[in-house]
Amino acid sequence: MILDVKDIEVYYNNVILAIEDINISIEQGQIVSLLGANGAGKSTCLKAISGLLEVEKGRVTRGEIYFEGKRVDQLGAIERVKSGICLVAEGRQLLKTLTVEENLKVGSLIRKDSASVIKDDLERMYTYFPILKQRAKQVSETLSGGEQQMLVIARTIMMRPKLLLLDEPSLGLAPLIAAAVISEIHRINQELGTTILLVEQNAALALPISNKAYIITNGRVALCSTPEEMKKIDLRDYYLGRKRAAI
Amino acid sequence: MFIQALIAGIAVGSVYALIALGMVLIYKASSVINFSQGALVMIGAYITYAVVTGIPAPLWITIPIAIGLSALLGVVIERLIFRYMTGVDLIAVIMVTLGISFLLEGSTTAIWGTLNYSFPKILPEMSFSLGGIHISEVYIWSFIFSMVILIMFTLFFKYSKIGLRMRAVADNQKASISLGIHPGKMISLSWAISCVVATIGGVMLANIKLLNLGLSGIGILVFPVVILGGLDSIIGAVLGGFIIGILGSLSAVYAGGLMGGAVDQVVSFVILLIILLVKPYGLFGTKETLRL
Repeated sequence: MILDVKDIEVYYNNVILAIEDINISIEQGQIVSLLGANGAGKSTCLKAISGLLEVEKGRVTRGEIYFEGKRVDQLGAIERVKSGICLVAEGRQLLKTLTVEENLKVGSLIRKDSASVIKDDLERMYTYFPILKQRAKQVSETLSGGEQQMLVIARTIMMRPKLLLLDEPSLGLAPLIAAAVISEIHRINQELGTTILLVEQNAALALPISNKAYIITNGRVALCSTPEEMKKIDLRDYYLGRKRAAI
Repeated sequence: MFIQALIAGIAVGSVYALIALGMVLIYKASSVINFSQGALVMIGAYITYAVVTGIPAPLWITIPIAIGLSALLGVVIERLIFRYMTGVDLIAVIMVTLGISFLLEGSTTAIWGTLNYSFPKILPEMSFSLGGIHISEVYIWSFIFSMVILIMFTLFFKYSKIGLRMRAVADNQKASISLGIHPGKMISLSWAISCVVATIGGVMLANIKLLNLGLSGIGILVFPVVILGGLDSIIGAVLGGFIIGILGSLSAVYAGGLMGGAVDQVVSFVILLIILLVKPYGLFGTKETLRL
């Protein structure tokens, strides 16, 4: 078990309850999806794992998070990044005044590998996302939405995370582009063995590449199952609130 | 006459550029408009004076000590004050920088009094004449220093790992944290660099004029430079410095007789007003645009 989230509860500003009770576990090398409607608590869950809650005045008020067997919920965000938990936040957090290549280099700054290893990795990113090579010297602000999403994913892979947290990578992308991004995420998991926790609203995109999926409603896990089982049920029941987590 | 005024303008402008660079650095890293830059210039010159005249050692030992103390001052200011001011209203931050300015001026008066000091000659002798006009060595040195520092900055931000980290923090603090970069450390560093640059500017000025409390007035004179170039543009600060310096010196020569003495000091503020009306983000500043 690389990640074990146990009974966490999250509040924002000490008054807004965002997560009531969530349990998630991920095996090494898996892709696990968190599905659910807006406001269910999916993104908050990723922020709780990555430690970035502190930037948004949120706090884990109950429960524990274990990463590689060690408790991490007390650690600061940067310490967690250094231990290998890396988040691709929603809203494509580009360094918009830096070029594409500089963005990728910033990703590699936390590594202690030699320059030649990092250069190889940079070339590898360009094989995953060839369009980024064409745009390498361009200021990243000028990229299209899909290219920006590819860049922030590639930048995070440059950090060589042990656990990659992806927050809605398909958001706002044209269907074909979204599918391409999802298939590259699958390829990264297969080729580099990166464990991935994927938050998505688009279940049809996320399920085919997942080993396991959770449906979150109202800050609780409503269902945890294999993608095959999920396909048999009508997910709209959960998205539209006809079914929810048993309390 | 024209050439002499032009050269004097370039020299004064290069000092302006140095000091403006410090303001731009801090603004880029932390969005703080630092009104205490003038006071930092002044205190930097006093610190250097105290170290150079107080420690009986050659310049290659004393100057690095003075530079180190200036950097330390920057780190202390950031650690004790601005670290606790994230997410505070801009107007409050500006008031705090003014407060720092008063604090530094007050401490300087308490330690060194209000006397004029003549700065020891620390720059190597160099004589230079252009078309029969003798150019003072201080002007040449300040020009050389600002060019060297500009080139160093450009290389530092483009190629060094720390420079890249500083740009990342200046661009997006939240993204920087998720990339494992500590914003506080980078902002601290930008205060340190800014104070060092201010000190170099202060030493230049003290060599041109005298060392006294009046040096901090440069902060206000430099403000139009920063606004002209754009608050967040390094190249803008340098070009802005030269433009304001040259215009000031030309107007002193050609309009000084018509309008009386200190017209050169007014000119930069007239330019400031025009810029704010026509190009509020400056010549090279980034216009805030929001893309959905």
